[in-house]
Amino acid sequence: MTTGSLGPDPDSQPPAGVHSLWRLRGYLRPHKVALTIMLTTSLVGVGLTLAIPLVTAAIIDGPVADRDLSGLWALGALAMVLGVLEAVLIWWRRWVQSNAVLSVETAMRHDLYDHLQSLPMGFHSRWQSGQLLSRATVDLSQIRRFFGFGMLFLLVNIVQVVTVTAVLLHMYWPLGVLVAATAVPIVWLSMRFEKSYVVVSRQVQDEQGDLATRAEEGAVAIRVIKSFGRGEHVSRQYEAAALQLRETSLRKVRLSAKFWTFLELIPNLAVTLVLLLGALGVGKGWLTPGELVAFITLMLSLVWPVSSLGVILAMAQEAMTAAARINEIYDTESDVVGGTATIAEPRGRLVLEGVDFAFPDAPDEPVLRGVDLVVEPGETVALVGATGSGKTALTSLVPRLFDVTAGRVTIDGVDVRDLDLTHLRSLVATAFEDPTLFSMSARENLTLGRHDATDAEVEQAIEVAQAHFVHELPWGLDTRIGEQGMALSGGQRQRLALARAVLARPAILVLDDTLSALDVHTEKRVEEALGRVLTHTTGIVVAHRASTVLLADKVALLQDGTITHVGDHRELLATVPAYRELLTSDDSEGAGRSRLEVGV
Amino acid sequence: MSTTDIGWRGVAAVDVEEAEERERGARFTGGSRELLAELLRPYRSALMVLVGIVVVENGARLAIPSLVKVGIDSGIPPIRESGNVGPLGLVAGAVLLCSVVQAVARNRFLVQQGEVGQGVLYEVRRRVFRHFQALSPAFHDDYTSGRVISRQTSDVEAIYEMLETGFDGLVKAALTLVGTGVILLFLDWKLGLVALCSGPFLFLLTNWFRRSSADAYRGTREKVALVIVHFVESMGGIRAVQAFRREPRNQEIFDDVNDQYRLANLRAFRLVGLFMPGIKLIGNVTIATVLVYGGYLAYSGEVTVGVLAAFLLYLRQFFEPMQEISQFYNTFQSATAALDKLAGVLREEPGVPEPEHPVALDRARGELRFDHVHFAYVDGRPVVPDLDLTVPAGQTLAVVGTTGAGKTTLAKLATRFYDPVDGEVRLDGLDLRTLAADDLRRNVVMVTQENYLFSGSIADNIRFGRPEAAINDVVAAATALGAHDFIAALPEGYDTDVAQRGGRLSAGQRQLVAFARAFLADPAVLILDEATSSLDIPSERLVQEALHTVLAGRTAVIIAHRLSTVETADRVLVMEHGRVVEDGSPAELISRGEGRFADLHQAWLDSLA
Repeated sequence: MTTGSLGPDPDSQPPAGVHSLWRLRGYLRPHKVALTIMLTTSLVGVGLTLAIPLVTAAIIDGPVADRDLSGLWALGALAMVLGVLEAVLIWWRRWVQSNAVLSVETAMRHDLYDHLQSLPMGFHSRWQSGQLLSRATVDLSQIRRFFGFGMLFLLVNIVQVVTVTAVLLHMYWPLGVLVAATAVPIVWLSMRFEKSYVVVSRQVQDEQGDLATRAEEGAVAIRVIKSFGRGEHVSRQYEAAALQLRETSLRKVRLSAKFWTFLELIPNLAVTLVLLLGALGVGKGWLTPGELVAFITLMLSLVWPVSSLGVILAMAQEAMTAAARINEIYDTESDVVGGTATIAEPRGRLVLEGVDFAFPDAPDEPVLRGVDLVVEPGETVALVGATGSGKTALTSLVPRLFDVTAGRVTIDGVDVRDLDLTHLRSLVATAFEDPTLFSMSARENLTLGRHDATDAEVEQAIEVAQAHFVHELPWGLDTRIGEQGMALSGGQRQRLALARAVLARPAILVLDDTLSALDVHTEKRVEEALGRVLTHTTGIVVAHRASTVLLADKVALLQDGTITHVGDHRELLATVPAYRELLTSDDSEGAGRSRLEVGV
Repeated sequence: MSTTDIGWRGVAAVDVEEAEERERGARFTGGSRELLAELLRPYRSALMVLVGIVVVENGARLAIPSLVKVGIDSGIPPIRESGNVGPLGLVAGAVLLCSVVQAVARNRFLVQQGEVGQGVLYEVRRRVFRHFQALSPAFHDDYTSGRVISRQTSDVEAIYEMLETGFDGLVKAALTLVGTGVILLFLDWKLGLVALCSGPFLFLLTNWFRRSSADAYRGTREKVALVIVHFVESMGGIRAVQAFRREPRNQEIFDDVNDQYRLANLRAFRLVGLFMPGIKLIGNVTIATVLVYGGYLAYSGEVTVGVLAAFLLYLRQFFEPMQEISQFYNTFQSATAALDKLAGVLREEPGVPEPEHPVALDRARGELRFDHVHFAYVDGRPVVPDLDLTVPAGQTLAVVGTTGAGKTTLAKLATRFYDPVDGEVRLDGLDLRTLAADDLRRNVVMVTQENYLFSGSIADNIRFGRPEAAINDVVAAATALGAHDFIAALPEGYDTDVAQRGGRLSAGQRQLVAFARAFLADPAVLILDEATSSLDIPSERLVQEALHTVLAGRTAVIIAHRLSTVETADRVLVMEHGRVVEDGSPAELISRGEGRFADLHQAWLDSLA
């Protein structure tokens, strides 16, 4: 496997640019009409923002100055109509906009989730779900905000600034030039601010993440902390981190305080100058009083478009980065691609031929080397080996959670890489040692591999796995379990995982040390029930205890990534010291040779 | 919650709490109001100063339009008449002064508000973290770690949001409304009254928005939580997802929550989309009315052009903060809910309180005694009805029995994770309830299956119980437990970060680190609760060997369901339904030939065959 198949590095920032956003334009296509409405209403809105002060000027200079009452009513009515129209247009734009941008965001999130589900374990073992989550939430809403707001107002604000400035220049050019000049520092300042703000915000985010990790440790490890009486110690560590966060946050506050102060100061200074020069102009008769009022009103209407221009530009920058991060995921292609073959009547003959394997992120450290193994239909093989000998890796090659780096795995003579992926995974079911529970109902967790299972089938699987405890949960099978629901013990989780695998009715059943957390009595009952299932199913059982090995017809001993012995349990026990070492705890070399036996 | 949720999501106790929260709505309940008041108390004088600054700032801000009016009305005529720019210059100077005062005050305000907010935030964090640490394991058994974490992250941040944006927004809106209203009436009472006619409409609109948005925003919070949980769990559990071909069903569920989130957002967006133009409408209608009426008054010479200009400028300011209120309600509401939850947590009393006058105990001998101990998790269903047991100092006691026999309860009572309902648990003759937590924890340490490793180096993990231990001691502890070899083989040895690549340890290795941690802590009493059950046999054997070193010279209680662990014991206790049914040395119990332990032992021997 080449390093290329690893996909992108979660910790590095992908290169971003306009092209990153441009690639996502397809999501906007279904909303062309909405976008047109949004743009049109915004532009008309700019016209209205402009018109109302002009009407004001007309009233002051016309009817008031000329003592023309009928003109006053007409212009007043016009101001009223324009005002109502402005509000209606804003409402219309927002109505259309919320529908369109939320649909775009939802569609992008759908596609992202879909794509992520199809990426192989090699990708997911490098990316924490939290890192993926920030793409599905923070990045997507950044893009949404740009599509719905930034993109639109980038255009609209430029139009507004240009038009208003033109009107101001036309009214009284010296003042117009003055106003235009104040826009420059504001835009520059906004952009600069936004950049340093992003830096300090990131730092705050990092420190918040650090603090959250400590909070998590304090919660998850509460029993360890209590056992050692270290509450004071972890509290102090937490407080030190919280203090650090407070300092950084205050830096952020000071930075933005400075920015907002200047943002208000600059237009106020401009008002001062405009008032001074404008009043002077009125006094000298260069412009009318109405024009001066309109001038000031118009100028103030520019404050938001100008200052937000900088923010919008920075927002565009962020959206590009976000888009690049999304594209990076889309560009990662799964290297575990299914074939087209299916097996009409699977018998479950599993063969591993010269299999080599190394994890994609550590290609130089082979986990399996030259593994050969044949499991006949209906036969059960126990995999025995020390921790780290590659047992779990071996089992994950069968359903193609990972692919072999050399050799091949076949089921009924067909290479698993030629099989349709869904079909393959319906042939193989695994009960993992550390079972994943989802925050869903117990039933949904049980029927993970077969959503359409009947109640009778569910009941049967519960029986085999001795998982009757699910009926005693407060809401029975409807009880939510997992992190957001009822907490289950290790043994309960394992039995649930076993029931889940049995329920999938596979041709090949893989049990990855599934019984380790059960007490002796339960283990015995589970083994009896499992024995019946395994008589007509091909089985691979990863075993650490002699009792589990007895489920199997034969044993394969895995040492340093390769199978060194295959045979009968008793035979291996008698002839292979390494095997005996692994499965018998009262070996005579063990210190403190059982006082129990002395007693007998 | 819609019915489609229940289908896959199932029911849990927290749903009931959420429903209660919905019922309560965005009101401060007694606890949260007190909590907020208490948190703000140290900042009383700072808050006074803040209010002062805000008044100055808004005063300066509100003065500017009035000055514009003076400039137009009194600055222009002198220029017209005599070219005298003096009055105008004076007014311009005043505007300049106001601008600067406003800017400086604004800056001070933002900085000081940030300081107060961050201070409160730090205090909340500190208190909540310590309180969670003080609460008994019984509390943590019910309150999942996920909830503990969200109390300390999203809830705390919601409070800060309110202090940062909410306070500012509220004060500004209130001062602007009142200040502008007064100035308008002062400038011209007739025109002012006309402008203030918009007040009732504003009130009605805002009130409507407040009520409907409360519901809408809670909806978005609930739905986004669903999206996040489902997303994180499917990506975190992708191995099971792919192995069980779960993708289509997951996509179905995700599309469902994703769409629910979209609809919840849409509702909230549309409310804002109605509220904002609504304010704009009221504003524009008011401006048009003022324009016509003011124009008429100016026409009849009752007001000057300057007054009209000032009115128009004030009205702009009048309606602006109203728009921001829409943002503010959201934060206010989240903060209320957050404060409620935090106040609820802080009200929880630790189930095992610290003694007021603890008895000093430096180094215990390690004699453990249960004196007629009665214990029940739920009233009326005793787990341990009446236990009488003495473990002499230095003895290694193994406790066996089926699941639910009360073995783990015994361990939890000995470590004071719980207190007995009746009777006493004593260490060296002292009731555990009279010992300071520090003294107790130094002397009694428990190792469980949960071999949690903290982020940080292996060395730090081993010295968790004794942070002042030198690296030599750490290495010695690891060596004594047979963990030195694999630690030394890691990329950075004892400094390897357990969370980093290359620092991944197997279950057995983690457990050895956990044992080294307990060994270095050097307690008088060591309790092992199923501590070796997750190990494979070679690792278990390693631990068994190490146990001889670890247990030498101290009292030990070993709880096990696998008999291999029992080998090291001086004495075996067989428990059933919270009672001791057999008690003796392993050899004695086996030699009886019948009895539970002898049967267990036989079954175990058979399983080895």
